[in-house]
Amino acid sequence: MQHILRELESKREEARLGGGQRRIDAQHAKGKLTARERLELLLDAGSFEEYDTFVEHRCSDFGMDQQKIPGDGVVTGWGTINGRQVFVFSQDFTVFGGALSEAHAEKICKVMDMAMRVGAPVIGLNDSGGARIQEGVASLAGYAEVFSRNVLASGVVPQISVIMGPCAGGAVYSPAMTDFIFMVKDSSYMFVTGPDVVKTVTQEELGGAITHTAKSSVADNAFENDVEALHQVRRMFDFLPLSNKEKPPTRPVYDEPDRIEPSLDTLVPANANKPYDMKELILKLVDEGDFFEIQPRYARNIITGFARIEGSTIGIVANQPMVLAGCLDIDSSRKAARFVRFCDAFNIPLLTLVDVPGFLPGTAQEYGGIIKHGAKLLFAFAEATVPKVTVITRKAYGGAYDVMSSKHLRGDVSYAWPTAEIAVMGAKGAVEIIFRSELGDPEKIAARTAEYAANFASPFKAANRGFIDEVIMPHSTRRRVARAFAMLRNKELANPWKKHDNIPL
Amino acid sequence: MFEKILIANRGEIACRVIKTARRMGIKTVAVYSDADADALHVEMADEAVHVGAPPAAQSYLLIDKILAACKATGAQAVHPGYGFLSEKAEFCNALEAAGIAFIGPSVRAIGAMGDKIESKKLARAAGVSTVPGVLDVIPNAEEAVKIAREIGYPVMIKASAGGGGKGMRIAWNDAEAREGFQSATNEARSSFADDRVFIEKFVTEPRHIEIQVLGDKHGNIIYLGERECSIQRRHQKVIEEAPSPFLDAATRKAMGEQAVALAREVGYHSAGTVEFIVDGARNFYFLEMNTRLQVEHPVTELITGVDLVEQMIRVAYGEPLSLTQDDVKLNGWAVEARVYAEDPTRGFLPSIGRLSHYRPPAEGADEHGWIVRNDTGVYEGAEISMFYDPMIAKLCTWAPTRIEAIHAQRAALDGFYIRGISHNISFVSAVLGHARFQEGRLTTGFIAEEFPDGFHGATLDAASRDALTAVAVATERRTAEREVQISGQSPFHGRVLPPDWVVTIDGDERAVVVDLAKGGYDVTFEGRLLAIRTDWLPGRKLLRGTVNGRAVVVQVDALADGFRLFHAGADIIAVVRSPRAAELARLMPVKVPPDTSRLLLCPMPGLVVSINVELGEEVKAGQTLAVVEAMKMENVLKAERDGKVAAVKAKKGDSLAVDQVILEFEGPGPRRRPARGRVTP
Repeated sequence: MQHILRELESKREEARLGGGQRRIDAQHAKGKLTARERLELLLDAGSFEEYDTFVEHRCSDFGMDQQKIPGDGVVTGWGTINGRQVFVFSQDFTVFGGALSEAHAEKICKVMDMAMRVGAPVIGLNDSGGARIQEGVASLAGYAEVFSRNVLASGVVPQISVIMGPCAGGAVYSPAMTDFIFMVKDSSYMFVTGPDVVKTVTQEELGGAITHTAKSSVADNAFENDVEALHQVRRMFDFLPLSNKEKPPTRPVYDEPDRIEPSLDTLVPANANKPYDMKELILKLVDEGDFFEIQPRYARNIITGFARIEGSTIGIVANQPMVLAGCLDIDSSRKAARFVRFCDAFNIPLLTLVDVPGFLPGTAQEYGGIIKHGAKLLFAFAEATVPKVTVITRKAYGGAYDVMSSKHLRGDVSYAWPTAEIAVMGAKGAVEIIFRSELGDPEKIAARTAEYAANFASPFKAANRGFIDEVIMPHSTRRRVARAFAMLRNKELANPWKKHDNIPL
Repeated sequence: MFEKILIANRGEIACRVIKTARRMGIKTVAVYSDADADALHVEMADEAVHVGAPPAAQSYLLIDKILAACKATGAQAVHPGYGFLSEKAEFCNALEAAGIAFIGPSVRAIGAMGDKIESKKLARAAGVSTVPGVLDVIPNAEEAVKIAREIGYPVMIKASAGGGGKGMRIAWNDAEAREGFQSATNEARSSFADDRVFIEKFVTEPRHIEIQVLGDKHGNIIYLGERECSIQRRHQKVIEEAPSPFLDAATRKAMGEQAVALAREVGYHSAGTVEFIVDGARNFYFLEMNTRLQVEHPVTELITGVDLVEQMIRVAYGEPLSLTQDDVKLNGWAVEARVYAEDPTRGFLPSIGRLSHYRPPAEGADEHGWIVRNDTGVYEGAEISMFYDPMIAKLCTWAPTRIEAIHAQRAALDGFYIRGISHNISFVSAVLGHARFQEGRLTTGFIAEEFPDGFHGATLDAASRDALTAVAVATERRTAEREVQISGQSPFHGRVLPPDWVVTIDGDERAVVVDLAKGGYDVTFEGRLLAIRTDWLPGRKLLRGTVNGRAVVVQVDALADGFRLFHAGADIIAVVRSPRAAELARLMPVKVPPDTSRLLLCPMPGLVVSINVELGEEVKAGQTLAVVEAMKMENVLKAERDGKVAAVKAKKGDSLAVDQVILEFEGPGPRRRPARGRVTP
């Protein structure tokens, strides 16, 4: 009996070594951790429960029957993050370069199926050279099986991808269909067609972390190294519910919900064209100033991310006057729309902070399809049934006012600061249209502009109509917002039955 | 008594005067420029009058506007504060003509003391010790050498109209005297349009010590001890204290009596300051007399218990002094640190902008009777404007002894939380923590001598390093203890917090064992116990507690991974990990940030409005290099340090992306600190 137990232990030892010490050292030399080391950092100590340790590939072509390594290049199972369940797979670059075989794919599918059954998120740590070419179509079939599960799990359990090495070709489409992609700077790459084909650029320029976080928006954030990346995924995980059937988690909070912030009374500058940092409002508004930003380097004219109010997760969408005056454009609309839909899918209430002068004009925007891209954000806010609270700090002009979670899109509570200007456009522009015939007379125009500003460059016209529920003091924003979300805790709202909607993609 | 006074100033001094006036039951009128419409002094005053555009020359310096404000509000007297109109004789004349009292000395005194040479002659006449030298204007270089020999080298050649170090030369021999005379004359002519220079003895190991005098209109004049203001940076006082650690009673009395004699010579009334330079042998020489309230007057108030502003107001109203010289008793020790909006790690460049966080330490006396006083003109959410002196606050502490007052000051600085702009708190804390400062071995060259390469953050002593180790453990553990209380956990499968941790402080690893204790943790490190007790909770910006019974105050900014801790002038990053995580973290590559010190990068996507320098041009720190417009906002990009333009990579009208290169500079850039961790957004 004892020797059988010993045999299990020795087989496990062998499996834990993956591709062997030499390859582990090579992995370390590249500044990368091994698949199992990564899981140690991602999961609570001792919580990892491994499955399919001894799965091997079934390929016999090209001498592959001589090379079998238990686990076949991916470590799968489940564990906990701060005690909450999560399913994981971690590709092992030391085994066949992490290449995906049919068996490798089956292991991933197995944990995804379990995650769906029990309602727990899936975190994939990607570090793979691509398809196991020796297996041919069997490997491709494996990818498609994974893709198919990504799609079915979408909106059911949160899926997070961390790219920690290469991820190229068709393989990119699995992370692409998950909810969030994080990358590691200088050691991770994603591209459909590699630098061998696209010859004019480096691997880094084509698909490095900076490219995907700042240019393509494929990735949601990038971190310095494996340790930091996994720590950040743990931090983000604490914001998310386990599935679409659950409310977001709560935890004790050491920040008074009625904390007054007198400095917010001077946040909006007297000069309407002077920018201010919307992040200051976010940090002073949320619990303990703790904000997990999504896509911080992309379309910085809009801010998206997770925070907590009274210990419960909220999603924040905020115009950023510091960048492009906070206007909406193609990039910011797409970025925010996707974030809003994630929050709505997973019951995360939405707080929208508005200072938007309108849509960015120009041929680049029109040719790029701002009409359809802008519509995405409008669509996302309108279809969302989670609690929606909006605070207008300054400009809410034109169609952009409608888009930014306005009352008319089933916004639940809309507040405005006294500095808010809710109007079709700025006074100057409006007067130039309405009083075009008087344009030759600067005195008249000045008077008209002042009249328009007095009438519309305030929150009170909108408040008269009930489009704004209350004009609030900036310093009491946290208390007001906290009470609004408390009031909305048991909100129930359903959309009409449909197979699915047809968001303008 | 006056029923209403106007304060012709702004910022902390206006607020400070209003406080006393209010206590005396006098109504106050503030004046303000466009830039100060929301300023604290405007809010504190009973009335406020707008006097013009932001530049002082278009507002605070406009005598007509100030007079009109007095008339409009019925103010019977004006307190000028310091700077601005405080030492302008024509302002006093204008007030007198309008029948408004000036809360300050007579026009005669201001005029007599305003001229460097005249004031020295007066001082000699009054029997005041002056620096050996010849106050007459020196006609030529040969005469300069002759006089220099008579006085004895080293000598200082100084412009009559000089100030701010301009037109000043030190000569150690004949050749230098000849050369120095010429260059001082030239510089004086170009800087002040007045090429008169004079020669005096150059004082070695100089200290700046000044005597506070107070006189009334009835001929009573007393002195209120001295202030030591030797800690200066480019002739700007940074730290002041009272009394001086250097003076003995006899010297103090001699200096005080000479100061009074000088004040009597010019018929001085109100508060004034006689500045002396004191050498290593306690020889003291008159420098100049400031005919106004000094910035650093609070330290005198703290050790004498006299409210100088109140005395000034009473004297201006004509009351005789209620104090005699015998009533003046110096009690304990007071230290003032000037908190400036500037970046000490970047050559003290001024920093302007919004004070997103401004939390000063609590004022008043603590359980030991140590006192904290904070004179300020700002509040959280206020703006430090480019138009005025970038002083944020004057933080003063009082304690029975010098070392206790220093400790109180450092503790108060540790608890002074300012974010949004750069500030010098870490620098002044480092100066106060310097052994030479604590021993009282000061000279006006202290900063230049002790920080020759500028300031790069204080190094932690062993005790502070231990304290921060314990603080890092406490913050991480409290954070983790809350994390494991999240809802939705698998029952019985929660995360267990182990006792073993590794604390990394700026790269230095320490393996510790942590035991929960009442009100804190017992942290064992290399067999030593570091017992930390604190009520800190996640999200708090200040950690207050004790480590092995010693009180600590640490500023805590949560980072994405770890904490940035500020304490005793040090600014460090502390990360606390499990031993296994620390082991894996050691495998991570050390990334050297790209050297961007030689590049001017575009800070935001925008359009180039102008490139203000040319290829090959030598630029000075603070000089405008380029202007970039983003959504109608013009952003002025300035040089962080001196350099020469090696390449111009953009031109007017270019549309640039973030971090796109605009200019390149020649040569290796001056040493920069490695990039720090990001503050959690």
